[in-house]
Amino acid sequence: MTVSSNSHQQENGRFMTVMKDILARPSGRIGLTLVLFHILLALLSPSIAPYDFKLQNSSLMLSPPSGDHWLGADHLGRDILSRTLMGGREALLVTGIATPLAVMWGGFIGILFGLVGGRVDEVLMRIVDAFLSLPWILKMLVLIVTFGTGIGVLIPTLTFFYGIPVIRVARAATHDIIARDFVWAAKARGHSRISIIWRELLPNVLDTLMVEGAMRWSWMLLAFSSLSFLGFGVSPPTPDWGLMISDARGFMSFAPWGVIAPVIGLSSLIIGINLSADALAKALGIDRAQKAPM
Amino acid sequence: MSQTPFIDIKNLSVGYTSRSGKTIPVLRDVNLSIARGDSIGLVGESGSGKSTLALAAMGYFKRGLHVISGQVQFDGIDMLNISRNDLQHLRGGRLALIPQNSGQSLTPNLRIGQQITEALRLHSDLPANDFDAGVIDLLSQVRLPDPVGLTDRYPHELSGGQQQRVAIAMALASNPEALLLDEPTTGLDVTTQAHIMELLRDLAKERNLAMLYVSHDLGAIARVCNKVMVMYAGETVLTGSTKQVLLSPRHPYAHGLLASIPRLHEASLPQALDGRPPMPSETIIGCAFADRCKLADKTCHSSPPPLDRLDTGEAVRCFHHDQISQLNQKSQKSARSMPVAVDKDTALSLVNLAVSYTQPGLLAKLFASQDTPPSTVDRITIDIKKGETLGLVGESGSGKSTILKTIAGMVPRQSGNIILNQTEPLDTMVEKRPSAYLRQVQIIFQNPDDSLNPRHTIEQILAQPLRLYYGLSGAPLRDRSIAILEQVRLGAHYLERLPSQLSGGEKQRVAIARAFAADPEIILCDEVTSALDVSVQAAVLDLLDVLKRQDGTTYIFVSHDLAVVKAISDRVAVLYQGRICEIGPVAAVYSAPFHPYTDALLGAVLEPDPDVAPRLTADDAVELSPPKTGCPFQRRCPRKLGSICETDIPTMQEIAPGHVIHCHIPRADL
Amino acid sequence: MLFMLIRRVFLGGVTVCIVSLIIFAGVEMLPGDACTQFLGEYQADEELLAQCRKDLDLNRPPIDRFAEWTQGAITGDLGLAADGKTKISTIVGDRLKNSLLLAFCAMSVGIPLALLLGVISGLWRDRLPDIIASTLAIFAMTIPEFVSATLLILVLSVWLGWLPGIVLTSAAAPASEFFPEILLPVIVLSFVMCAHIMRMVRSSVIDVMASDYVQMATLKGVPYWQMVFRHALPNALLPAINVVALTIAWLLGGVVVIEVVFNYPGLGRLMIDSISDRNLPVVQSIALIVASVYVCVNLAADLLTMIANPKLRTMYMRK
Repeated sequence: MTVSSNSHQQENGRFMTVMKDILARPSGRIGLTLVLFHILLALLSPSIAPYDFKLQNSSLMLSPPSGDHWLGADHLGRDILSRTLMGGREALLVTGIATPLAVMWGGFIGILFGLVGGRVDEVLMRIVDAFLSLPWILKMLVLIVTFGTGIGVLIPTLTFFYGIPVIRVARAATHDIIARDFVWAAKARGHSRISIIWRELLPNVLDTLMVEGAMRWSWMLLAFSSLSFLGFGVSPPTPDWGLMISDARGFMSFAPWGVIAPVIGLSSLIIGINLSADALAKALGIDRAQKAPM
Repeated sequence: MSQTPFIDIKNLSVGYTSRSGKTIPVLRDVNLSIARGDSIGLVGESGSGKSTLALAAMGYFKRGLHVISGQVQFDGIDMLNISRNDLQHLRGGRLALIPQNSGQSLTPNLRIGQQITEALRLHSDLPANDFDAGVIDLLSQVRLPDPVGLTDRYPHELSGGQQQRVAIAMALASNPEALLLDEPTTGLDVTTQAHIMELLRDLAKERNLAMLYVSHDLGAIARVCNKVMVMYAGETVLTGSTKQVLLSPRHPYAHGLLASIPRLHEASLPQALDGRPPMPSETIIGCAFADRCKLADKTCHSSPPPLDRLDTGEAVRCFHHDQISQLNQKSQKSARSMPVAVDKDTALSLVNLAVSYTQPGLLAKLFASQDTPPSTVDRITIDIKKGETLGLVGESGSGKSTILKTIAGMVPRQSGNIILNQTEPLDTMVEKRPSAYLRQVQIIFQNPDDSLNPRHTIEQILAQPLRLYYGLSGAPLRDRSIAILEQVRLGAHYLERLPSQLSGGEKQRVAIARAFAADPEIILCDEVTSALDVSVQAAVLDLLDVLKRQDGTTYIFVSHDLAVVKAISDRVAVLYQGRICEIGPVAAVYSAPFHPYTDALLGAVLEPDPDVAPRLTADDAVELSPPKTGCPFQRRCPRKLGSICETDIPTMQEIAPGHVIHCHIPRADL
Repeated sequence: MLFMLIRRVFLGGVTVCIVSLIIFAGVEMLPGDACTQFLGEYQADEELLAQCRKDLDLNRPPIDRFAEWTQGAITGDLGLAADGKTKISTIVGDRLKNSLLLAFCAMSVGIPLALLLGVISGLWRDRLPDIIASTLAIFAMTIPEFVSATLLILVLSVWLGWLPGIVLTSAAAPASEFFPEILLPVIVLSFVMCAHIMRMVRSSVIDVMASDYVQMATLKGVPYWQMVFRHALPNALLPAINVVALTIAWLLGGVVVIEVVFNYPGLGRLMIDSISDRNLPVVQSIALIVASVYVCVNLAADLLTMIANPKLRTMYMRK
């Protein structure tokens, strides 16, 4: 047995222990189930959905749930069940790409400046503060209104703005770790900077970043659906929960099913992510409640 | 135990419920009774359940713990079935606690005066307008200086010793009949500890208190207790008078524990007690100690021994308590009789080394530049020979760890030189040192939890120096790692484990193995045994000694524990406020003539022997920075000559070859 | 202490300066300017465009215009909106007043409630009150505001008819005219902010209740509630100050969605309308106001923590 395969086994072993710990908690079980369910749904919904999501049928306009249309139809007579099943695809795709990217670039910059320290670090932190002091919706809307909606704009925008708070978290975690004796021990042995960062720092900072990523994901979903709701996210007729809620709101008094179905879809996904993030944080020994939202 | 018991604990079992729903006991069928005027010491390693038992006497159990069976009575009152109101009245009233680590036990947002007033309001008959006087009276009773000024202070503004005294004052506020002390002097400096022990001893006598003293420190127990109870894995294994237990222990565990304590008057390493106590979750079939016991036989492993009462008054839980004398023969100490062959060559020279932590900030530069504080460490000149062990000893703030970190290149020098092997300068910080020098100097830290990367396996930890310095990989790397692990008496099966799966002693062995993997010339040991239990400490000291004999390594060994330093070192430097007071061969420094500070330190050591009393010479004031001129010890010195001590740096007096004392007192008077 | 204060205020000032730079540079970098927007389909007309740029002073170098803009902002003159006529301070003034009203109402309901619930669930950890409060908090934190707002309108306004579901009062109306229309947005906002603060307070209370000094107070015979109020809470609530500050900053700047759902004429809706209309001068001003509020509130929280924490207080005062 070689050493490298051995250390690999250890990582696997750790992954298994963390997974076991997550699944041992009710919040972890429920959360992961919900997330997995939504991911599967996003992949399979085009083939499961009973009707074409674009198909308008004026005779069905705002019709209540029935045997043919289990959740009724919306104001254009489209099948709500089919649209709800498919309503998370865009959101999952965009946030699923933007979240890891945001954590990566924010984490990279945060660790880098945490290590460099000094004046450069001070200046960067002021810039980070400045960005954080602007409301997220303003920052994003300015870009979206200028460059247009669509995945090509949404993914880079979300990635950029959601990476900024990650800088702070990664920098703080880096500061915590580099003060510890095992980093000093590695320095005193004369390991190269790269080796210290790669072997001593990263494995310990990654835990924090993983939890951070899970949280960012749920906040990004909130942001994405809010943008859709305001009409700046997905363009019709693509089905999206935020957009569906926004459309159905006007008819809420006599056709509440149009609101309720997408509400359940969106909420169950976000709750699932949050419960999983909670369980992950506990399994890794990081207290999530102490962190303030940005 | 002729008097009626005042605190009476009968057949108490306490446990917690594990995740899988099983009840896991931490105390098993424990009996304890304390009469008025009795002072009982409760001894055991961490995890033995001694603190749980002490808190149980107040009817208090930490969150998660519950009583499985048994009774707790205080003066006939059933503490387990008592109204909350009555309980509040007793706690801190007739029955007071002096906690471990007062720094964290005093509420941070309340002033000292407010906290003691609260105790007075709850538990004394004083009229409200006498509270202030009462507080000041209590603070002076515990011999705190400036009691009036102290009432306005917050806990964090006090030193550890002062906080402990405040906690004692608070306990005395109600004029209690029984005192529970939970490791009250752990973490304090020797002189402070000795002063507090004397205070407690006097209080107990004056007030005829019933005392329960929990400690792992047998020296402290010897000083204040007349009876001792030894606990192991949640059980009582031995009770008896302090003399009986400390001088002729009748239980193999107590015997081993006592043997593992380094003594001031012995020039040998203490005897290690191998193995570790069972975890609470392990099922114990026979005697809990059987796995570590040299006397154990088949019966010990199959059936639990009863607690036998002996004619002499002791109670022992052992089948073989009549064979203890065999242990004495078996354990003829592996005496460190032969000094290690010390080479003539110098391994490391410190020349006039000075270190300053206070770097003037921008504002200080602008406003008060002329007023620079004295260096944290100054005038350190020592030559360390190859193969020698140099002990650095002193209280907290003595600069001993700073010197070590400066040698390691973790702290910048202010001035002076560090020279390796007579020619190679180590003046730069660690990042700029050539890697050939780096290999030669390795450091072992105090706390292995912090010095081992929690995400690396033992194999990865050991591979780092082997790969870096020797370019090993694959099978040779693994073989070498196993060989090193075996040297520190850990097997190959440890390779795949993570530090969190090891006990404290095992982790420190891994840290030692990592240092030795580099095959260094010099190893810097920074309080390496302070975080460990005594029995584990003995094993680690023994290991360090064996390894050094094999490899001829040079050690610089920093510790606050004078007995430990004595056991392991060839030469000792006594430090105060970053300056050397006395340096010389171990035997010379630990015997007269003394520097007044050495004398104060040695006098304050509490020996686990009820017949040895400490001598308290200097007081235990805490100084934040060294004096600007003169002798560093001038402010606390009991033998201060006069203004010369404040103005002139003490002369170096060579008492014998290699034994130097820095003091103005003429040699004949020292 | 004074030095610390100056340093904090200075750093806050630096942050605001950087924000204004970001805002200005961000808007400069966007394609098009106020004139292309103002002229719309007429922008192809080079002559008109040039005239307009001359009128609006857009031909001067950006640095000059930035200096002028910041100078104006400091003196309270935010300049003119994109139409070149309306003063921004008049547009923004009413909206700011309305936003402050909403934030104030939400805070006075949400903060006390959050502290109370946090303390209760911390003290009764893992028992029924905690389980209920913590579960509700998870819902409040995870369900998007527009969802909870929509559901509340559906139940309280559409089905039960208790409260008006939408605000019809005009932006310039005095504060008193916003009742009872303001109640539903206040309920939603306090629900959301309550959840964040409550979770933080709960975990802080749990930490403090497990501390040595709380155990010591219990073993000193201090009655339970006295122990809670004198020994535990003053320490447990300290870390809440910063979360409360962040929440306040969020209330004053980021409640766009709620304002849109309830048609409430606050800064958030002005912001979104201005962005849609590409009224960039107004957007710049709002951004600057919101960022300054954020910095000030955080500064206030830091100072408050420093005063309330004896450790920090003595560190800066006695040294």
